[in-house]
Amino acid sequence: MTVVLSGARPPRASAVSASLAFGWRSLLKIRHVPEQLADAILAPVLFTVLFTYLFGGAFAGSTSRYLNFLLPGTLVMTVLLVTVYSGLALNTDLTRGVLNRFRALPIWQPALIVGGLLGDAGRYLLSAGLVIGLGLAMGFRPDGGVVGVLLAVALILVFAFSLSWVWTTLGLLLRSPQSVTMVSFLVQFPLTFASNVFVDPATMPGWLQAFVDANPVSHLVSTERALMQGTASAGQVGGVLVAAAALVAVFAPTTMYLYRRKP
Amino acid sequence: MTPAIETVGLVKTYGQTRAVDGLDITVPVGGVYGLLGPNGAGKTTTIRILATLVRPDAGRAAVLGHDVVREADAVRGRVSLTGQFASIDEDLTGEENLVLQARLLGFPRRRARRRAAELLAAFDLTDAAGRLVKTYSGGMRRRVDLAASLVAGADLLFLDEPTTGLDPRSRGEVWDLVRTLVGQGTTVLLTTQYLDEADQLADRIAVIDHGRVIAEGTPGELKSSVGSGVLHVRLLRPEQRPEAERVLAEVLDTRIQLDSDEAALSARVDDVERGAYALAALSRAGIEVAAFGLGQPSLDEVFLALTGQTQEVAA
Repeated sequence: MTVVLSGARPPRASAVSASLAFGWRSLLKIRHVPEQLADAILAPVLFTVLFTYLFGGAFAGSTSRYLNFLLPGTLVMTVLLVTVYSGLALNTDLTRGVLNRFRALPIWQPALIVGGLLGDAGRYLLSAGLVIGLGLAMGFRPDGGVVGVLLAVALILVFAFSLSWVWTTLGLLLRSPQSVTMVSFLVQFPLTFASNVFVDPATMPGWLQAFVDANPVSHLVSTERALMQGTASAGQVGGVLVAAAALVAVFAPTTMYLYRRKP
Repeated sequence: MTPAIETVGLVKTYGQTRAVDGLDITVPVGGVYGLLGPNGAGKTTTIRILATLVRPDAGRAAVLGHDVVREADAVRGRVSLTGQFASIDEDLTGEENLVLQARLLGFPRRRARRRAAELLAAFDLTDAAGRLVKTYSGGMRRRVDLAASLVAGADLLFLDEPTTGLDPRSRGEVWDLVRTLVGQGTTVLLTTQYLDEADQLADRIAVIDHGRVIAEGTPGELKSSVGSGVLHVRLLRPEQRPEAERVLAEVLDTRIQLDSDEAALSARVDDVERGAYALAALSRAGIEVAAFGLGQPSLDEVFLALTGQTQEVAA
């Protein structure tokens, strides 16, 4: 048992290496429990393939024309849906008591959450890659070209990171992982469906049009469309970035406050 | 010398419940200090405050001279904790849990892996190193948990009910480990509901009930505070018990306890000499004694006397 007592502690882990260690942990979890990737794989396939062939003929006269309209929307939908994992993972750690061990360590306190987000980046990229790959195979030909598509993916990743802090806040407030999923579904379902993801709001009744126009998801989808078509303005992109910054400014400190004060 | 732990008037309330209610303890550096109490006495909440996981509502606590609220980070740098409430990650393997812990404590990658391997070997987990912790038995989990808290040296180790649910052999192993650690100069704060565990390990014990310390001292002091000793007598002929009871009551001037064994009775005695005198009196009265014993009261008896309640889960 002498080996157990190695004596001195090494110098403390830096903020970066602590965050990377937690990022490694999330990747390990994906490797050990690959089922948890089911949503990140199924949602993009389902949304892209199903909606294109379901609505394409009726809404736009042809599936390929509809696909060019729909794809930026399914990209937004799927990636936003996957962001809930940040809150889900945190809540699982909380309910299992793993959080207590980490919180008592002499490390940069946000490292667990930041590291978790690094792991989530893998999920977001997987989902985004599937949507775009499937789209291209089905005839998606954006005017914005490769650059436009890459910019669109970059922007949705930035927004997804920012939105994750909303779910980490909820993850610390709610009692169980199930309730985190439930609340996120209740918030995301109306926001993604009552938007311009599927159709142009011009034919909607006035009250719904007003909602769709005010819906932040609509603005995000419009910007993604514009980027992929090569028509985006700096103002549009800037608007999304400001919204993303605002989410982080409010929810990152709230998450950390709750994290430190957890009874 | 700065004490390892010092709390003054510590209070923590959850809704209507005062989990910790004016707790004062001073834990010297070195050795094992036991917090003994029934479920819900406030032991775990106290450890959570001392490990910087929970802020107290009132009072103050210092660990190794650092305030647990204002200097939480300094405290975290010198303590380690293990227990039911700080668990390990079931979705990772035992080895990954230990490597992660080592990386978070600042070990470079290669040294982290080496340290994990050493600990796995020391805790007899090498064969299970690559299996997910969720497939482990209770005893194996407890060993990984302990190993994780020993990845880097700590001046103070919090052990929250470290042997609850373990079989007697694993229990003995944990006890040996605690003794080894203490031998190396680590101070251990141990919470337990097992009286024999506190008796075996602790140099000093605080008995806690309803969030307060109701008694404090060495195991010996606690026992003698209840009464210096008990004389147990077993008679050869049970029919002589009423006579024996009369003789003992007369000599010892105290209430005599009749045991469920029809030939046995016991009485509290202040000193050994008086016990011997009582035995002689029995002999003079023609009462034959089959066996006798003079011993200190057990911690069970101490606990009963202090709290007025029996230990539900006591071993």
